[in-house]
Amino acid sequence: MDLTLTSFAPAMPEMFLLGMLSLVLVVDLFLTERTRHITYILSLLSLAGTFWLVLDGYPRLPELAFHGSYINDPMAALLKLFMLLAVMVVLVYSKEYIKQRDMYKGEFYLLVLFATLGMLVLASAHTLLTVYMGLELLSLSMYAMVALRRDNVDASEAAMKYFVLGAMASAMLLYGMSLVYGATGTLDFALMGEAAAKLPTNDVTMLFGIIFMLVGVAFKLGAVPFHMWVPDVYHGAPTAVTLFISSAPKLAAFAMLMRIFVDGLGELHQQWQGILIVMALLSFGLGNLVAIAQTNLKRMLAYSGISHIGFLLLGVLSGTSEGYAASLYYAITYVVMSLGGFGMILLLSRAGFEADKLDDLKGLNDRSPWFALMMMMLMFSMAGVPPFLGFWAKLAVIQAAVGVGLVWLAIAAVVFSVVGAFYYLRIIKLMYFDKPESDAPIESSADLRILLSANSLAVVGLGLFPSSLLAICSASIG
Amino acid sequence: MLENYLPVLIFLVIGFGFGAFMMALGFILGPRRPDSEKLSPYECGFEAFEDSRMKFDVRFYLVAILFIIFDLEIAFLFPWAVVLREIGMFGFVAMVIFLALLVVGFIYEWKKGALQWE
Repeated sequence: MDLTLTSFAPAMPEMFLLGMLSLVLVVDLFLTERTRHITYILSLLSLAGTFWLVLDGYPRLPELAFHGSYINDPMAALLKLFMLLAVMVVLVYSKEYIKQRDMYKGEFYLLVLFATLGMLVLASAHTLLTVYMGLELLSLSMYAMVALRRDNVDASEAAMKYFVLGAMASAMLLYGMSLVYGATGTLDFALMGEAAAKLPTNDVTMLFGIIFMLVGVAFKLGAVPFHMWVPDVYHGAPTAVTLFISSAPKLAAFAMLMRIFVDGLGELHQQWQGILIVMALLSFGLGNLVAIAQTNLKRMLAYSGISHIGFLLLGVLSGTSEGYAASLYYAITYVVMSLGGFGMILLLSRAGFEADKLDDLKGLNDRSPWFALMMMMLMFSMAGVPPFLGFWAKLAVIQAAVGVGLVWLAIAAVVFSVVGAFYYLRIIKLMYFDKPESDAPIESSADLRILLSANSLAVVGLGLFPSSLLAICSASIG
Repeated sequence: MLENYLPVLIFLVIGFGFGAFMMALGFILGPRRPDSEKLSPYECGFEAFEDSRMKFDVRFYLVAILFIIFDLEIAFLFPWAVVLREIGMFGFVAMVIFLALLVVGFIYEWKKGALQWE
Protein backbone atom coordinates (compact mmCIF):
# COMPACT_ATOMS: atom_id res chain seq x y z
CA MET A 1 0.00 0.00 0.00
CA ASP A 2 1.49 3.29 -1.11
CA LEU A 3 0.68 5.73 1.61
CA THR A 4 2.98 8.63 0.95
CA LEU A 5 1.69 12.15 0.89
CA THR A 6 1.89 12.32 -2.91
CA SER A 7 -0.87 9.75 -3.25
CA PHE A 8 -3.25 12.31 -1.79
CA ALA A 9 -2.13 15.10 -4.10
CA PRO A 10 -5.19 14.94 -6.38
CA ALA A 11 -7.38 15.82 -3.39
CA MET A 12 -5.14 18.65 -2.21
CA PRO A 13 -7.64 21.49 -2.94
CA GLU A 14 -10.38 19.73 -0.97
CA MET A 15 -8.07 19.08 1.98
CA PHE A 16 -7.00 22.70 1.97
CA LEU A 17 -10.61 23.84 1.88
CA LEU A 18 -11.49 21.54 4.77
CA GLY A 19 -8.60 22.90 6.80
CA MET A 20 -9.55 26.49 6.09
CA LEU A 21 -13.16 25.71 6.84
CA SER A 22 -12.24 24.43 10.29
CA LEU A 23 -10.23 27.58 10.82
CA VAL A 24 -13.15 29.81 9.80
CA LEU A 25 -15.43 27.82 12.06
CA VAL A 26 -13.26 28.43 15.11
CA VAL A 27 -12.31 32.02 14.30
CA ASP A 28 -15.93 33.01 13.73
CA LEU A 29 -16.82 31.92 17.26
CA PHE A 30 -14.71 34.71 18.70
CA LEU A 31 -16.03 37.44 16.43
CA THR A 32 -18.82 39.87 17.07
CA GLU A 33 -21.26 41.45 14.64
CA ARG A 34 -18.82 44.33 14.15
CA THR A 35 -15.83 42.15 13.26
CA ARG A 36 -17.75 39.63 11.16
CA HIS A 37 -16.07 40.89 8.00
CA ILE A 38 -13.08 38.79 9.07
CA THR A 39 -15.19 35.67 8.41
CA TYR A 40 -16.15 37.09 5.04
CA ILE A 41 -12.58 37.80 4.06
CA LEU A 42 -11.32 34.47 5.38
CA SER A 43 -14.01 32.64 3.40
CA LEU A 44 -13.06 34.45 0.22
CA LEU A 45 -9.39 33.71 0.90
CA SER A 46 -10.15 30.01 1.43
CA LEU A 47 -11.97 29.85 -1.87
CA ALA A 48 -9.24 31.79 -3.65
CA GLY A 49 -6.60 29.49 -2.17
CA THR A 50 -8.54 26.44 -3.26
CA PHE A 51 -8.91 27.99 -6.71
CA TRP A 52 -5.17 28.44 -6.93
CA LEU A 53 -4.52 24.87 -5.80
CA VAL A 54 -6.91 23.49 -8.44
CA LEU A 55 -5.24 25.62 -11.08
CA ASP A 56 -1.80 24.59 -9.89
CA GLY A 57 -2.67 20.91 -9.99
CA TYR A 58 -4.53 21.10 -13.32
CA PRO A 59 -4.03 17.58 -14.62
CA ARG A 60 -3.25 16.57 -18.19
CA LEU A 61 -4.17 12.97 -17.57
CA PRO A 62 -6.62 11.63 -15.01
CA GLU A 63 -5.02 11.06 -11.61
CA LEU A 64 -6.58 8.67 -9.12
CA ALA A 65 -6.39 8.85 -5.35
CA PHE A 66 -7.82 7.00 -2.36
CA HIS A 67 -7.68 3.61 -4.10
CA GLY A 68 -9.55 4.71 -7.17
CA SER A 69 -12.43 6.39 -5.40
CA TYR A 70 -11.24 9.89 -6.25
CA ILE A 71 -10.27 11.25 -9.63
CA ASN A 72 -8.74 14.49 -10.74
CA ASP A 73 -9.16 14.85 -14.49
CA PRO A 74 -9.45 17.94 -16.70
CA MET A 75 -13.26 17.91 -16.49
CA ALA A 76 -13.19 17.85 -12.69
CA ALA A 77 -10.61 20.63 -12.58
CA LEU A 78 -12.52 22.85 -15.01
CA LEU A 79 -15.79 22.36 -13.15
CA LYS A 80 -14.10 23.07 -9.84
CA LEU A 81 -12.58 26.30 -11.12
CA PHE A 82 -15.97 27.57 -12.22
CA MET A 83 -17.68 26.34 -9.04
CA LEU A 84 -15.17 28.21 -6.90
CA LEU A 85 -15.46 31.34 -9.03
CA ALA A 86 -19.25 31.19 -8.81
CA VAL A 87 -19.19 30.77 -5.04
CA MET A 88 -16.83 33.72 -4.64
CA VAL A 89 -19.17 35.82 -6.75
CA VAL A 90 -22.11 34.65 -4.62
CA LEU A 91 -20.35 35.76 -1.44
CA VAL A 92 -19.62 39.22 -2.80
CA TYR A 93 -23.14 39.68 -4.21
CA SER A 94 -24.91 38.58 -1.07
CA LYS A 95 -22.89 40.50 1.54
CA GLU A 96 -25.13 43.56 1.76
CA TYR A 97 -28.32 41.55 1.38
CA ILE A 98 -27.65 39.21 4.28
CA LYS A 99 -26.51 42.11 6.45
CA GLN A 100 -29.86 43.82 5.96
CA ARG A 101 -31.80 40.66 6.73
CA ASP A 102 -30.24 39.46 9.94
CA MET A 103 -28.44 36.61 8.20
CA TYR A 104 -24.98 38.12 8.59
CA LYS A 105 -23.77 35.24 10.68
CA GLY A 106 -20.81 32.93 10.49
CA GLU A 107 -23.16 30.07 9.68
CA PHE A 108 -24.03 31.49 6.27
CA TYR A 109 -20.39 31.47 5.25
CA LEU A 110 -19.72 28.10 6.84
CA LEU A 111 -22.64 26.46 5.08
CA VAL A 112 -21.50 27.94 1.78
CA LEU A 113 -18.02 26.55 2.36
CA PHE A 114 -19.34 23.13 3.39
CA ALA A 115 -21.56 23.02 0.31
CA THR A 116 -18.58 24.02 -1.83
CA LEU A 117 -16.55 21.19 -0.37
CA GLY A 118 -19.39 18.82 -1.23
CA MET A 119 -19.45 20.11 -4.79
CA LEU A 120 -15.72 19.62 -5.20
CA VAL A 121 -16.00 16.05 -3.91
CA LEU A 122 -18.89 15.41 -6.29
CA ALA A 123 -16.92 16.71 -9.25
CA SER A 124 -14.09 14.31 -8.47
CA ALA A 125 -16.12 11.28 -7.44
CA HIS A 126 -15.03 8.03 -8.96
CA THR A 127 -17.15 5.55 -7.03
CA LEU A 128 -20.83 5.62 -6.22
CA LEU A 129 -20.03 6.08 -2.53
CA THR A 130 -17.97 9.19 -3.17
CA VAL A 131 -20.82 10.55 -5.29
CA TYR A 132 -23.21 10.01 -2.43
CA MET A 133 -20.90 11.55 0.13
CA GLY A 134 -20.36 14.68 -1.92
CA LEU A 135 -24.03 14.96 -2.72
CA GLU A 136 -25.15 14.73 0.89
CA LEU A 137 -22.56 17.24 2.07
CA LEU A 138 -23.89 19.62 -0.59
CA SER A 139 -27.59 18.94 -0.06
CA LEU A 140 -27.61 19.07 3.74
CA SER A 141 -25.79 22.40 3.68
CA MET A 142 -28.30 23.76 1.17
CA TYR A 143 -31.33 22.64 3.19
CA ALA A 144 -29.92 24.48 6.18
CA MET A 145 -29.14 27.56 4.11
CA VAL A 146 -32.72 27.80 2.85
CA ALA A 147 -33.91 27.62 6.46
CA LEU A 148 -31.44 30.23 7.65
CA ARG A 149 -34.18 32.84 8.14
CA ARG A 150 -36.17 30.57 10.35
CA ASP A 151 -38.67 33.23 11.47
CA ASN A 152 -39.67 33.77 7.85
CA VAL A 153 -42.71 31.67 6.90
CA ASP A 154 -41.87 31.41 3.20
CA ALA A 155 -38.30 30.37 3.85
CA SER A 156 -39.30 27.73 6.42
CA GLU A 157 -41.88 26.30 4.05
CA ALA A 158 -39.39 26.22 1.21
CA ALA A 159 -36.81 24.53 3.43
CA MET A 160 -39.30 21.91 4.57
CA LYS A 161 -40.34 21.09 0.99
CA TYR A 162 -36.78 21.04 -0.17
CA PHE A 163 -35.71 18.77 2.65
CA VAL A 164 -38.54 16.25 2.35
CA LEU A 165 -38.32 16.01 -1.44
CA GLY A 166 -34.54 16.05 -1.38
CA ALA A 167 -34.40 13.24 1.15
CA MET A 168 -36.75 11.23 -1.08
CA ALA A 169 -34.56 11.83 -4.10
CA SER A 170 -31.47 10.79 -2.13
CA ALA A 171 -33.25 7.62 -1.07
CA MET A 172 -34.15 6.86 -4.69
CA LEU A 173 -30.58 7.48 -5.76
CA LEU A 174 -29.26 5.24 -3.03
CA TYR A 175 -31.71 2.49 -3.95
CA GLY A 176 -30.61 2.74 -7.57
CA MET A 177 -26.97 2.57 -6.51
CA SER A 178 -27.61 -0.58 -4.48
CA LEU A 179 -29.31 -2.22 -7.47
CA VAL A 180 -26.47 -1.28 -9.79
CA TYR A 181 -24.01 -2.60 -7.25
CA GLY A 182 -26.02 -5.80 -7.09
CA ALA A 183 -26.00 -6.18 -10.86
CA THR A 184 -22.39 -5.25 -11.56
CA GLY A 185 -20.70 -6.18 -8.28
CA THR A 186 -18.70 -2.96 -8.16
CA LEU A 187 -19.00 0.63 -7.00
CA ASP A 188 -15.96 1.77 -8.94
CA PHE A 189 -16.72 3.66 -12.15
CA ALA A 190 -13.58 2.28 -13.80
CA LEU A 191 -14.87 -1.29 -13.49
CA MET A 192 -18.59 -0.64 -13.69
CA GLY A 193 -18.89 -0.10 -17.44
CA GLU A 194 -17.06 -3.33 -18.19
CA ALA A 195 -19.19 -5.31 -15.75
CA ALA A 196 -22.36 -3.74 -17.09
CA ALA A 197 -21.45 -4.52 -20.68
CA LYS A 198 -21.21 -8.23 -19.78
CA LEU A 199 -24.78 -8.30 -18.53
CA PRO A 200 -27.53 -9.51 -20.86
CA THR A 201 -29.25 -6.61 -22.62
CA ASN A 202 -32.21 -5.28 -20.66
CA ASP A 203 -31.11 -6.93 -17.46
CA VAL A 204 -33.99 -5.99 -15.17
CA THR A 205 -31.93 -5.27 -12.05
CA MET A 206 -29.65 -2.99 -14.00
CA LEU A 207 -32.58 -1.25 -15.65
CA PHE A 208 -34.17 -0.53 -12.30
CA GLY A 209 -30.86 0.70 -10.95
CA ILE A 210 -30.42 3.08 -13.86
CA ILE A 211 -33.94 4.46 -13.56
CA PHE A 212 -33.76 5.03 -9.83
CA MET A 213 -30.39 6.73 -10.12
CA LEU A 214 -31.69 8.90 -12.95
CA VAL A 215 -34.60 9.97 -10.77
CA GLY A 216 -32.17 11.07 -8.08
CA VAL A 217 -29.92 12.94 -10.51
CA ALA A 218 -32.87 14.55 -12.30
CA PHE A 219 -34.18 15.81 -8.99
CA LYS A 220 -30.88 17.45 -8.16
CA LEU A 221 -30.74 19.01 -11.62
CA GLY A 222 -34.38 20.08 -11.41
CA ALA A 223 -35.45 18.37 -14.65
CA VAL A 224 -39.15 17.79 -15.36
CA PRO A 225 -40.95 15.73 -13.98
CA PHE A 226 -38.77 16.07 -10.85
CA HIS A 227 -38.80 19.86 -10.87
CA MET A 228 -41.60 20.61 -8.38
CA TRP A 229 -39.25 21.87 -5.71
CA VAL A 230 -37.42 24.35 -7.93
CA PRO A 231 -39.91 27.27 -8.13
CA ASP A 232 -41.00 26.98 -4.50
CA VAL A 233 -37.48 26.79 -3.14
CA TYR A 234 -36.15 29.55 -5.39
CA HIS A 235 -39.09 31.73 -4.44
CA GLY A 236 -39.15 31.01 -0.71
CA ALA A 237 -35.43 31.04 0.00
CA PRO A 238 -33.69 34.34 0.76
CA THR A 239 -32.44 35.69 -2.58
CA ALA A 240 -28.81 35.34 -1.53
CA VAL A 241 -29.43 31.61 -0.99
CA THR A 242 -31.38 31.32 -4.25
CA LEU A 243 -28.42 32.88 -6.00
CA PHE A 244 -26.22 30.19 -4.52
CA ILE A 245 -28.57 27.24 -5.20
CA SER A 246 -29.11 28.27 -8.80
CA SER A 247 -25.43 28.61 -9.63
CA ALA A 248 -22.58 26.36 -8.56
CA PRO A 249 -24.69 23.34 -7.47
CA LYS A 250 -25.95 23.05 -11.06
CA LEU A 251 -22.35 22.43 -12.09
CA ALA A 252 -22.13 19.80 -9.36
CA ALA A 253 -25.34 18.14 -10.53
CA PHE A 254 -23.98 18.12 -14.06
CA ALA A 255 -20.78 16.55 -12.74
CA MET A 256 -22.86 13.89 -10.98
CA LEU A 257 -24.73 13.11 -14.19
CA MET A 258 -21.48 12.83 -16.14
CA ARG A 259 -19.70 10.75 -13.53
CA ILE A 260 -22.45 8.19 -13.02
CA PHE A 261 -23.86 7.90 -16.51
CA VAL A 262 -20.85 8.60 -18.72
CA ASP A 263 -17.84 7.51 -16.65
CA GLY A 264 -19.71 4.66 -14.99
CA LEU A 265 -22.47 3.54 -17.30
CA GLY A 266 -21.35 5.01 -20.62
CA GLU A 267 -21.57 1.56 -22.21
CA LEU A 268 -25.29 1.43 -21.46
CA HIS A 269 -25.92 4.68 -23.29
CA GLN A 270 -28.76 3.07 -25.27
CA GLN A 271 -30.63 2.28 -22.10
CA TRP A 272 -30.60 5.73 -20.52
CA GLN A 273 -30.81 7.84 -23.64
CA GLY A 274 -34.57 7.34 -24.03
CA ILE A 275 -35.35 8.58 -20.54
CA LEU A 276 -33.13 11.62 -20.97
CA ILE A 277 -34.87 12.48 -24.26
CA VAL A 278 -38.24 12.53 -22.50
CA MET A 279 -36.85 14.57 -19.60
CA ALA A 280 -35.15 17.08 -21.89
CA LEU A 281 -38.27 17.55 -24.01
CA LEU A 282 -40.51 18.00 -20.96
CA SER A 283 -38.00 20.30 -19.26
CA PHE A 284 -37.58 22.87 -21.99
CA GLY A 285 -41.24 22.53 -22.94
CA LEU A 286 -42.82 22.94 -19.55
CA GLY A 287 -40.14 25.30 -18.21
CA ASN A 288 -40.57 27.79 -21.03
CA LEU A 289 -44.36 27.62 -21.13
CA VAL A 290 -44.94 28.00 -17.40
CA ALA A 291 -42.35 30.77 -17.07
CA ILE A 292 -44.62 32.96 -19.22
CA ALA A 293 -47.33 32.90 -16.56
CA GLN A 294 -45.07 34.05 -13.71
CA THR A 295 -45.27 37.47 -12.12
CA ASN A 296 -42.44 36.88 -9.70
CA LEU A 297 -38.97 37.30 -11.07
CA LYS A 298 -37.48 34.57 -8.89
CA ARG A 299 -40.13 32.09 -9.99
CA MET A 300 -39.69 33.09 -13.58
CA LEU A 301 -35.95 32.55 -13.36
CA ALA A 302 -36.65 29.20 -11.66
CA TYR A 303 -38.75 28.01 -14.59
CA SER A 304 -36.23 29.43 -16.98
CA GLY A 305 -33.62 27.40 -15.09
CA ILE A 306 -35.70 24.26 -15.61
CA SER A 307 -35.79 24.92 -19.33
CA HIS A 308 -32.04 25.50 -19.38
CA ILE A 309 -31.57 22.12 -17.73
CA GLY A 310 -33.57 20.62 -20.61
CA PHE A 311 -31.09 22.11 -23.06
CA LEU A 312 -28.20 20.88 -20.96
CA LEU A 313 -29.56 17.32 -21.11
CA LEU A 314 -29.70 17.62 -24.88
CA GLY A 315 -25.92 17.44 -25.10
CA VAL A 316 -25.51 14.62 -22.59
CA LEU A 317 -28.13 12.39 -24.20
CA SER A 318 -26.40 12.58 -27.57
CA GLY A 319 -23.72 10.34 -26.08
CA THR A 320 -20.81 11.78 -28.05
CA SER A 321 -17.83 13.61 -26.65
CA GLU A 322 -18.91 16.69 -28.62
CA GLY A 323 -22.26 16.46 -26.87
CA TYR A 324 -20.66 16.17 -23.43
CA ALA A 325 -18.43 19.15 -24.17
CA ALA A 326 -21.46 21.13 -25.36
CA SER A 327 -23.32 20.31 -22.15
CA LEU A 328 -20.34 21.28 -20.04
CA TYR A 329 -20.21 24.56 -21.95
CA TYR A 330 -23.94 25.01 -21.42
CA ALA A 331 -23.68 24.35 -17.68
CA ILE A 332 -20.93 26.95 -17.28
CA THR A 333 -22.85 29.44 -19.41
CA TYR A 334 -26.01 28.92 -17.42
CA VAL A 335 -24.18 29.54 -14.17
CA VAL A 336 -22.73 32.81 -15.47
CA MET A 337 -26.16 34.02 -16.61
CA SER A 338 -27.96 32.85 -13.51
CA LEU A 339 -25.48 34.65 -11.28
CA GLY A 340 -26.20 37.82 -13.23
CA GLY A 341 -29.97 37.39 -13.13
CA PHE A 342 -30.27 36.79 -9.40
CA GLY A 343 -27.48 39.29 -8.75
CA MET A 344 -29.71 41.91 -10.33
CA ILE A 345 -32.45 41.17 -7.78
CA LEU A 346 -29.90 41.60 -5.00
CA LEU A 347 -28.77 44.88 -6.53
CA LEU A 348 -32.28 46.30 -6.64
CA SER A 349 -33.24 45.03 -3.17
CA ARG A 350 -32.68 47.09 -0.09
CA ALA A 351 -33.47 46.76 3.61
CA GLY A 352 -37.10 45.73 3.94
CA PHE A 353 -37.70 45.56 0.19
CA GLU A 354 -37.34 42.55 -2.11
CA ALA A 355 -37.11 43.48 -5.75
CA ASP A 356 -38.38 40.08 -6.78
CA LYS A 357 -41.50 41.04 -8.73
CA LEU A 358 -41.46 41.64 -12.43
CA ASP A 359 -43.10 45.01 -11.77
CA ASP A 360 -40.08 46.07 -9.72
CA LEU A 361 -38.11 46.14 -12.95
CA LYS A 362 -40.48 48.63 -14.53
CA GLY A 363 -38.70 51.64 -15.88
CA LEU A 364 -35.30 50.50 -14.70
CA ASN A 365 -33.88 52.46 -17.61
CA ASP A 366 -35.03 55.71 -16.00
CA ARG A 367 -33.56 54.80 -12.67
CA SER A 368 -30.28 53.34 -13.84
CA PRO A 369 -29.57 53.13 -17.57
CA TRP A 370 -26.36 51.21 -16.98
CA PHE A 371 -27.93 48.34 -15.05
CA ALA A 372 -30.90 48.26 -17.40
CA LEU A 373 -28.37 47.67 -20.16
CA MET A 374 -26.66 44.96 -18.11
CA MET A 375 -29.98 43.23 -17.43
CA MET A 376 -30.90 43.48 -21.09
CA MET A 377 -27.71 41.71 -22.08
CA LEU A 378 -28.35 38.98 -19.54
CA MET A 379 -31.90 38.48 -20.78
CA PHE A 380 -30.80 38.41 -24.43
CA SER A 381 -28.20 35.86 -23.50
CA MET A 382 -30.70 33.66 -21.63
CA ALA A 383 -33.08 33.89 -24.57
CA GLY A 384 -30.29 32.77 -26.86
CA VAL A 385 -29.93 35.84 -29.05
CA PRO A 386 -26.65 36.08 -30.94
CA PRO A 387 -23.95 37.18 -30.32
CA PHE A 388 -24.44 36.72 -26.58
CA LEU A 389 -23.01 33.76 -24.68
CA GLY A 390 -26.32 31.90 -24.32
CA PHE A 391 -26.71 31.68 -28.09
CA TRP A 392 -23.46 29.76 -28.57
CA ALA A 393 -24.31 27.37 -25.76
CA LYS A 394 -27.72 26.63 -27.28
CA LEU A 395 -26.14 26.25 -30.69
CA ALA A 396 -23.58 23.76 -29.35
CA VAL A 397 -26.12 21.48 -27.66
CA ILE A 398 -28.52 21.60 -30.61
CA GLN A 399 -25.68 20.75 -32.96
CA ALA A 400 -24.83 17.79 -30.74
CA ALA A 401 -28.43 16.55 -30.95
CA VAL A 402 -28.52 16.98 -34.71
CA GLY A 403 -25.17 15.21 -34.94
CA VAL A 404 -26.68 11.97 -33.65
CA GLY A 405 -29.77 12.22 -35.82
CA LEU A 406 -32.21 13.58 -33.24
CA VAL A 407 -33.38 16.28 -35.62
CA TRP A 408 -36.97 16.32 -34.33
CA LEU A 409 -35.72 16.93 -30.80
CA ALA A 410 -33.46 19.73 -32.02
CA ILE A 411 -36.42 21.35 -33.80
CA ALA A 412 -38.51 21.08 -30.63
CA ALA A 413 -35.68 22.73 -28.70
CA VAL A 414 -35.52 25.61 -31.16
CA VAL A 415 -39.31 26.08 -31.10
CA PHE A 416 -39.42 26.19 -27.33
CA SER A 417 -36.49 28.53 -27.12
CA VAL A 418 -38.46 30.90 -29.37
CA VAL A 419 -41.43 30.52 -26.99
CA GLY A 420 -39.05 31.26 -24.12
CA ALA A 421 -37.80 34.43 -25.80
CA PHE A 422 -41.19 35.98 -25.05
CA TYR A 423 -40.75 36.26 -21.30
CA TYR A 424 -37.17 37.41 -21.52
CA LEU A 425 -38.15 40.12 -23.95
CA ARG A 426 -41.05 41.11 -21.71
CA ILE A 427 -38.51 42.04 -19.04
CA ILE A 428 -36.70 44.24 -21.52
CA LYS A 429 -40.01 45.86 -22.42
CA LEU A 430 -40.75 46.47 -18.72
CA MET A 431 -37.36 48.06 -18.20
CA TYR A 432 -37.38 50.34 -21.21
CA PHE A 433 -40.99 51.17 -22.07
CA ASP A 434 -42.82 51.23 -18.74
CA LYS A 435 -42.91 53.95 -16.11
CA PRO A 436 -41.12 53.16 -12.85
CA GLU A 437 -43.35 52.48 -9.84
CA SER A 438 -40.88 53.95 -7.41
CA ASP A 439 -38.03 56.36 -7.92
CA ALA A 440 -36.02 55.14 -4.95
CA PRO A 441 -32.33 55.28 -5.79
CA ILE A 442 -30.50 51.98 -6.12
CA GLU A 443 -28.57 51.56 -2.91
CA SER A 444 -25.90 48.97 -3.20
CA SER A 445 -22.25 48.69 -2.45
CA ALA A 446 -19.59 49.41 -5.02
CA ASP A 447 -18.20 45.88 -5.05
CA LEU A 448 -21.60 44.46 -5.99
CA ARG A 449 -22.02 47.04 -8.76
CA ILE A 450 -18.58 46.43 -10.21
CA LEU A 451 -18.76 42.65 -10.05
CA LEU A 452 -22.28 42.52 -11.47
CA SER A 453 -21.20 44.73 -14.35
CA ALA A 454 -18.22 42.46 -14.95
CA ASN A 455 -20.53 39.45 -14.76
CA SER A 456 -22.86 40.88 -17.38
CA LEU A 457 -20.03 42.07 -19.60
CA ALA A 458 -18.59 38.53 -19.43
CA VAL A 459 -21.78 37.36 -21.13
CA VAL A 460 -20.99 39.70 -24.01
CA GLY A 461 -17.25 39.12 -23.99
CA LEU A 462 -17.49 35.34 -23.93
CA GLY A 463 -20.25 35.61 -26.54
CA LEU A 464 -18.09 37.59 -28.93
CA PHE A 465 -15.23 35.14 -28.55
CA PRO A 466 -17.05 31.86 -28.00
CA SER A 467 -14.42 29.49 -29.33
CA SER A 468 -11.91 29.77 -26.46
CA LEU A 469 -14.23 28.53 -23.69
CA LEU A 470 -15.75 25.91 -25.98
CA ALA A 471 -12.26 24.68 -26.88
CA ILE A 472 -11.37 24.38 -23.20
CA CYS A 473 -14.57 22.40 -22.60
CA SER A 474 -13.84 20.08 -25.53
CA ALA A 475 -10.28 19.54 -24.37
CA SER A 476 -11.36 18.71 -20.85
CA ILE A 477 -13.83 16.06 -21.99
CA GLY A 478 -11.07 14.46 -24.05
CA MET B 1 -36.88 1.68 -27.22
CA LEU B 2 -39.64 2.39 -24.73
CA GLU B 3 -40.62 -1.28 -24.53
CA ASN B 4 -37.36 -1.84 -22.65
CA TYR B 5 -38.97 -0.17 -19.68
CA LEU B 6 -41.95 -2.55 -19.67
CA PRO B 7 -40.66 -4.49 -16.62
CA VAL B 8 -40.56 -1.21 -14.70
CA LEU B 9 -44.16 -0.46 -15.62
CA ILE B 10 -45.21 -3.97 -14.63
CA PHE B 11 -43.36 -3.55 -11.34
CA LEU B 12 -45.15 -0.29 -10.63
CA VAL B 13 -48.55 -1.71 -11.54
CA ILE B 14 -48.03 -4.80 -9.40
CA GLY B 15 -46.64 -2.68 -6.57
CA PHE B 16 -49.62 -0.36 -6.49
CA GLY B 17 -52.05 -3.18 -7.27
CA PHE B 18 -50.76 -5.33 -4.43
CA GLY B 19 -51.06 -2.49 -1.94
CA ALA B 20 -54.57 -1.65 -3.09
CA PHE B 21 -55.53 -5.33 -3.14
CA MET B 22 -54.47 -5.92 0.45
CA MET B 23 -56.30 -2.85 1.69
CA ALA B 24 -59.40 -3.77 -0.28
CA LEU B 25 -59.26 -7.29 1.14
CA GLY B 26 -59.24 -6.01 4.69
CA PHE B 27 -62.00 -3.62 3.84
CA ILE B 28 -64.23 -6.29 2.28
CA LEU B 29 -63.56 -9.33 4.44
CA GLY B 30 -63.07 -7.71 7.85
CA PRO B 31 -66.18 -7.64 10.06
CA ARG B 32 -67.22 -4.10 11.00
CA ARG B 33 -69.47 -3.76 14.02
CA PRO B 34 -68.65 -0.36 15.45
CA ASP B 35 -70.11 0.86 18.71
CA SER B 36 -69.36 3.95 20.71
CA GLU B 37 -66.89 2.17 23.01
CA LYS B 38 -64.82 0.87 20.11
CA LEU B 39 -64.66 4.22 18.40
CA SER B 40 -63.71 6.26 21.45
CA PRO B 41 -60.02 7.07 21.92
CA TYR B 42 -58.22 5.28 24.73
CA GLU B 43 -54.73 4.87 26.07
CA CYS B 44 -53.73 1.35 27.27
CA GLY B 45 -57.40 0.59 27.89
CA PHE B 46 -58.05 3.77 29.88
CA GLU B 47 -59.54 7.09 28.93
CA ALA B 48 -56.93 9.24 27.20
CA PHE B 49 -54.82 11.06 29.84
CA GLU B 50 -53.62 13.98 27.79
CA ASP B 51 -53.24 15.32 24.27
CA SER B 52 -51.00 13.01 22.29
CA ARG B 53 -49.47 15.93 20.39
CA MET B 54 -47.54 17.26 23.33
CA LYS B 55 -44.62 19.60 22.86
CA PHE B 56 -41.15 18.19 23.22
CA ASP B 57 -38.26 20.38 24.19
CA VAL B 58 -36.06 20.77 21.12
CA ARG B 59 -33.00 20.61 23.34
CA PHE B 60 -33.47 16.86 23.71
CA TYR B 61 -32.82 16.46 19.99
CA LEU B 62 -29.74 18.62 20.20
CA VAL B 63 -28.32 16.54 23.03
CA ALA B 64 -29.19 13.33 21.20
CA ILE B 65 -27.48 14.48 18.01
CA LEU B 66 -24.37 15.58 19.87
CA PHE B 67 -24.35 12.28 21.69
CA ILE B 68 -24.50 10.32 18.41
CA ILE B 69 -21.46 12.12 17.03
CA PHE B 70 -19.27 11.38 20.00
CA ASP B 71 -20.66 7.89 20.34
CA LEU B 72 -19.65 7.10 16.78
CA GLU B 73 -16.20 8.44 17.48
CA ILE B 74 -15.78 5.64 20.03
CA ALA B 75 -16.96 3.12 17.45
CA PHE B 76 -14.06 4.25 15.28
CA LEU B 77 -11.55 4.36 18.11
CA PHE B 78 -11.99 0.77 19.30
CA PRO B 79 -11.09 -1.07 16.06
CA TRP B 80 -8.36 1.50 15.47
CA ALA B 81 -6.81 0.77 18.84
CA VAL B 82 -6.84 -2.98 18.16
CA VAL B 83 -4.92 -2.72 14.88
CA LEU B 84 -2.77 0.30 15.75
CA ARG B 85 0.44 -1.80 15.64
CA GLU B 86 -0.22 -2.94 12.08
CA ILE B 87 -1.25 0.39 10.60
CA GLY B 88 1.62 2.21 12.28
CA MET B 89 2.36 5.89 11.96
CA PHE B 90 -0.03 6.40 9.05
CA GLY B 91 -2.98 5.12 11.02
CA PHE B 92 -1.98 7.20 14.01
CA VAL B 93 -1.78 10.42 12.00
CA ALA B 94 -5.07 9.66 10.24
CA MET B 95 -6.81 9.26 13.57
CA VAL B 96 -5.23 12.44 14.93
CA ILE B 97 -6.62 14.35 11.94
CA PHE B 98 -10.03 12.80 12.48
CA LEU B 99 -10.01 13.71 16.15
CA ALA B 100 -8.77 17.21 15.38
CA LEU B 101 -11.79 17.73 13.12
CA LEU B 102 -14.05 16.47 15.88
CA VAL B 103 -12.42 18.84 18.35
CA VAL B 104 -13.18 21.73 16.01
CA GLY B 105 -16.82 20.71 16.09
CA PHE B 106 -16.65 20.34 19.85
CA ILE B 107 -15.24 23.83 20.30
CA TYR B 108 -18.05 25.14 18.10
CA GLU B 109 -20.84 23.50 20.07
CA TRP B 110 -19.30 24.46 23.39
CA LYS B 111 -18.88 28.10 22.46
CA LYS B 112 -22.37 28.23 20.97
CA GLY B 113 -23.75 27.04 24.30
CA ALA B 114 -25.22 23.80 22.97
CA LEU B 115 -23.98 21.96 26.05
CA GLN B 116 -25.76 24.26 28.49
CA TRP B 117 -29.21 23.22 29.53
CA GLU B 118 -30.35 26.55 30.92
